Amino acid sequence: METSSFLLQFAQQLINGISLGSIYALIALGYTMVYGTIKLINFAHGDVYMVGAYIGFFATTFLGMSFLPALLLAMVGAGILGMVIERAAYRPLRNAPKIAVLITAIGVSLFLEYGSMLLVTPQPRTFPAILSSTPIHFGGLIINSQQVLILGVSVFLMVVLTYVVNYTKLGKAMRAVSFDTDTARLMGIDVDKVISYTFAVGSALAAAAGVLVGVYYNSIDPLMGIMPGLKAFVAAVLGGIGVIPGAMLGGVIMGVIEALVSGFISSTFRDAAAFGILIVILLFRPAGLLGKNIREKV
Amino acid sequence: MSKKWLLLISTIVAVSLFAVLAAGCGGGAKTDSTEIKIGGDFEITGGVANFGKSTVNGIQLAFKEVNAKGGVLGKKIVLVIADNKSEPSESANAITKLITQDKVVTVLGPVASSNVLAASQIAIDNKIPLLTATATAEKVTVDNGKVKDYIFRACFIDPFQGEVMANFAAKSLKVKTAAVYVDNASDYSKGLAQVFEEKFAKNGGKIVASEAFLAKDTDFKSALTKIKAANPDVIFIPAYYQEVGLIVKQARELGITCPMIGTDGWDSPKVVEIAGAAALNNTYFSNHYSPEDKDPNVSNFVEAYKKEYGQVPDALAALGYDAALMLIDAIKRANSAEPAKIKDALAQTKNLQVSTGILTLDASHNPIKSAVVIEMKDGKQTFKEKINP
Repeated sequence: METSSFLLQFAQQLINGISLGSIYALIALGYTMVYGTIKLINFAHGDVYMVGAYIGFFATTFLGMSFLPALLLAMVGAGILGMVIERAAYRPLRNAPKIAVLITAIGVSLFLEYGSMLLVTPQPRTFPAILSSTPIHFGGLIINSQQVLILGVSVFLMVVLTYVVNYTKLGKAMRAVSFDTDTARLMGIDVDKVISYTFAVGSALAAAAGVLVGVYYNSIDPLMGIMPGLKAFVAAVLGGIGVIPGAMLGGVIMGVIEALVSGFISSTFRDAAAFGILIVILLFRPAGLLGKNIREKV
Repeated sequence: MSKKWLLLISTIVAVSLFAVLAAGCGGGAKTDSTEIKIGGDFEITGGVANFGKSTVNGIQLAFKEVNAKGGVLGKKIVLVIADNKSEPSESANAITKLITQDKVVTVLGPVASSNVLAASQIAIDNKIPLLTATATAEKVTVDNGKVKDYIFRACFIDPFQGEVMANFAAKSLKVKTAAVYVDNASDYSKGLAQVFEEKFAKNGGKIVASEAFLAKDTDFKSALTKIKAANPDVIFIPAYYQEVGLIVKQARELGITCPMIGTDGWDSPKVVEIAGAAALNNTYFSNHYSPEDKDPNVSNFVEAYKKEYGQVPDALAALGYDAALMLIDAIKRANSAEPAKIKDALAQTKNLQVSTGILTLDASHNPIKSAVVIEMKDGKQTFKEKINP
C-alpha cells in the first residue's frame, strides 16, 4: 500500500471508529455512574439502551415526531425506566450480598430482552428516514452527515453531564454518595434519591445512544443491547470504572481500536481484540486508564 | 451445609429420573388415531424469524389443502410447532420435545443450516425422519462422506448456489476481481464463500479481499473501508437479510458503487426496508424461485398463498410448501405413518411436481432442481435468469 492511500484509509478508519466509539462512550457512562454510586455492574444497562431505541422508533413512526423531540422522549422514558428498575429490583437488595444484586441485574436484563420480544415481536424494525444522510466528501475521505450528528450529540451530552456532575448541587450529592455513602447520609443527603437520579441520568444517556444507533444503522431488535452493552462495559473498565471522563475516553478508544483492527489486521479478530483489551487492562492496570488505585475499605 | 445441598440435589435428580422413567414406561401420550402428527422445529422468534414464519405458512397451506381433500390415508395431518429461537441449542431442545413429548412421526424444519445440524443427531438417534425445507449447507444430509439415513431436504445445496453466483459474476457481470464478506457465525455463509472462491478462481477471476463479520453486528464500515481500498469489481455477501441490509446501506454510504451479489438469505422485504431501495440497485442474488415465473405450478401456488395470507409468497414459503408436498407424497407411497417407512419412501422421491419445479432426490438426499437469479431494481425483485443444474 502506498503511503498516501494508507493515510487516507487510516483517517477513514479513525472516523468510523470515533463515531462507533462515541456510542460506546454514551452507554459506558451509565455503567460507570451506577458503579460509582452503588458499586453495581448494572447488566440491564444494555437493554435500557434497547428500550430507548424502541421508544425513539415508536415516537417517530407512530407519533410522527421529528428527531429531537423523539430523542428527548426516549431519554425521559428510559430515565423513568431506569428509576423504576432501581426502585423495584435493586433498592430492596441494598443490604444484600453483592452477588445477589448482580444476579438480579442479569435477571432484569433477560426480563427486558424477552419481555420486549413478547411486546414488540422479535422482528427487526427499521427507523423511518427522519434525518437525511448526505455524504460529505473531504479530500477523498467520506464522512456521513449522520456520523457528524452522532459525534455532535454525544459530545453535547457529555459536556452537559460534566457540568451537572461538577457544578450543580445534584452533582455534588452524587459525588458525595460515590465517595462515601454513609457519611453522605450523615450529612443529610437523601442517598436513595441521589441513587435514583443517577440511574435516571445513566439510562437517559443510554437511550440517546439507542436512538442515534437506530437512526444511523436503521435497524433495531430486542437483542440489540447485548453486544454493545458488553463492549461498553469493557470501555468503562478500560477507562476506569466509576470515573466519568474514563468512560468517555474508554468508549472512544474501544471504537477506534475495533475499527483499526478490522481495517488493518482482520475483521475476524475484532471482538477478540475488544475483549483482549479487557484482559490486558485487568492484568496490568486493574483500576483502568484514569482510575485511581483506592484500597478497599475494611 | 454442603452435605445438605448434596442431599437436596441428589433428591431432585432421583425424583426427576424416576419421573422420566415412569413417563417412558407409561408409553407416553396416546396418539389420536384420526390424526398424523408432524413436528415443526422452526425459527418462530430470533434473528431469522421472518424465514421461519414464511416456511411455516407454506407448510400450513399444503396441509390445509390436503386435509380439505380428505387428508392422507384417511387421516388429518397436523403440524405441531416448537420454537427454536433461531439458536442451535434451542433447536436441539425443540426437536427433543417434539419427538419425546408430542410423539410426532416426522419433523419438518428448521430453516437455518446451523439449526438443522444441531437437530439432526437427535432425529437420527430417535429414528424419526427430519425434512428441512430450506437448509442449504452440504453437510446437513452428508457426514464424512456418509449419507445420514434419516435427514432429507427440499432445496438445492450451497455448492450449487455458490457455483451459480460465481458463474453469474464471471459470465453475466463479466467481472475479474471479487471481494468476499462472510458471516463467521454461520455454516451457511462460510460454506457458500468457500465454493464461490473456488469456482470464481476456476473462471479466471481473482479474490482480492476476504473479510468476516459476526451475525448481529451493526457496524460494518471498518471492513468495508478495507474492501473499498482493494477495489473489487464485485462483492459477494452470502448472509442473511438483517445484516445484508446494513452492509449494503453502509457500503453505498462509503461510496462503494460496484455490484453486490448474494444468495437466498437476501430474500426478505426487510432488506429493502433497512438498506433503502436506491442502495440496492445493482445487486443480485440467487434464489429458489421467483413469483414472476409464468409456470402454472408457480402461479397456482402464488394465487392460493395470496388468498390465504394476503401477501406474495417468498422463496421460503414456496420451499415450505414443497417440503410438505414431499412429505405427503412419501406418506401416501409408504401407505403408513410409521417413521421408518416414511423415511424409505422419502428417499425414493422421484419426479414429484412441486411449486418450484420437478423434484427428484439424489443418493445424498439432495433435490436436483433449478435456481433463479433475481435482480433488485428500485426495491423490487425482478427475474433475471433461470439456471438449470
